[in-house]
Amino acid sequence: MARVTYISHDGKETTLDIADGTTVMQAAVFNGIDGITAECGGSCMCATCHVYVQEDQMAKAGRMGADEDAMLEGTASPRQPNSRLSCQLTASPAMDGLIVRLPETQT
Amino acid sequence: MAREPVIIVGASHAGFQLAASLRQQGYDGAIAMLSDEPLLPYQRPPLSKDYLSGKIGLDLLLMRPEAFYEDQRIDYLTGARAVSIDRAGRTVRLATGERLNYGHLVLATGARNRVPPLPGIELDGVCYLRSHAETGDLRDRLAVAQNIVVIGAGFIGLEFAAVARAKDKPVRIVELTERAMGRVLSVTGSHFFAEAHRAAGVEFHFSESVARIGGNNGRVDHVALGSGARLPADLVLISIGVVPNSELAGDAGLAVANGIVVDEELSTADPAISAIGDCAVFPNRHMNGTPTRLEAVQNAADHARCVANRLMDEAHPYTALPWFWSEQGPIRLQIAGLTTGHDQTVARGNVESGEFSVFCYRGGELVGIESVNRPADHMQARRLLTSGRQVSPAEAADPSFDLRAAAAARRA
Repeated sequence: MARVTYISHDGKETTLDIADGTTVMQAAVFNGIDGITAECGGSCMCATCHVYVQEDQMAKAGRMGADEDAMLEGTASPRQPNSRLSCQLTASPAMDGLIVRLPETQT
Repeated sequence: MAREPVIIVGASHAGFQLAASLRQQGYDGAIAMLSDEPLLPYQRPPLSKDYLSGKIGLDLLLMRPEAFYEDQRIDYLTGARAVSIDRAGRTVRLATGERLNYGHLVLATGARNRVPPLPGIELDGVCYLRSHAETGDLRDRLAVAQNIVVIGAGFIGLEFAAVARAKDKPVRIVELTERAMGRVLSVTGSHFFAEAHRAAGVEFHFSESVARIGGNNGRVDHVALGSGARLPADLVLISIGVVPNSELAGDAGLAVANGIVVDEELSTADPAISAIGDCAVFPNRHMNGTPTRLEAVQNAADHARCVANRLMDEAHPYTALPWFWSEQGPIRLQIAGLTTGHDQTVARGNVESGEFSVFCYRGGELVGIESVNRPADHMQARRLLTSGRQVSPAEAADPSFDLRAAAAARRA
């Protein structure tokens, strides 16, 4: 399990306990957190589940695959060094305490 | 005063997104969404992939949990089939006889499987793959199937074939035309995919018709081809495309031509009725304004956002760039733009290695890019095609040409 905190673009914080194997995107969608579109449903095809990982927590988020790296080129809000696609962030004990900020827009 | 009530007929990608976008933008009128299926709105793309293979269950298929609809005050009616529209009275009549009043009606009725008029089509073991229910049935049958015949080598047929081969089931695909996904892919892309599926053990029968589906005691046991060949089968998937659900609109006197005809703001001739998603035929900016109907999640969701904006008094023409994707075994296909009628192609990357993009030109203009296991190309393609700027065939073919820089520079 991992406890993950989402900070919306207007500053609202929500913390969720995410079961291992569930992604940060899925947990957000299923708990009514606004600001993640996930149009392709988690196939790493659309870049609409963009999040900014807290700068000092990049290691906690885990490694980024080549597909994700490529898809991040097309996010609607600017890509930053701490940009990730939340459909590729799968919860595990190592991810406990992760904080992600949601971008202004996904589309 | 609250805004007028919106009724959305259809609760798949387009219908769901419209309801969600309206609430997101602060629409304060009543919203009712009608579904003729028993489930909460769910995602269709995974049906032919992770859901079929058993990797994910229904919980991950749903667009949102049940609480979402209550929280967002979206009146979600399952098993609700709209049978007629009274345009003068602005009401929709349901199969139950109930009448619902609308201020604005959005037809997001989607499409249904095309069913070929073949002898034997009614046999047990003849399957389809569009709805959750159909996929559940197919998944159960796939588990015990001994011989599979797929009729139609489009996205659905090939995605299914990849899942079936991963379970080591014998798969034979019959396709009327001479190549795979010929309606949407370049010859280069088409041949690559056919070879990849062959390498995975799929047997293709191109340029072949089906004469009949043969059975025994009401169960399918073979497929007879026009050439006379007989393919053993205990499971037959019909995947020859879809027919738009436009009868509701047509019966109400709205224009129908391979879909519900709408203008560039996705409104029908009746300003109180819009149509979005797979059922809508709209003037497509990326096809020189040609009336176009697209079957795609992107199109459905972007149509929905366009109509949501209009209902929030911020009307604008629909201009979004079409994009599509498919996953077939380990191969990821992404298409940006519309390549219909292209007359020149240039491959970038290495086709043999399975990582390449095909740049498609029509009359010298770059109109679409197919990317196979090259997601970076795809994202640059979206930028380029959205901006309308061009990359020449020579530039596309040149491995040292910096596509990323070109797309970034030309976006400004």
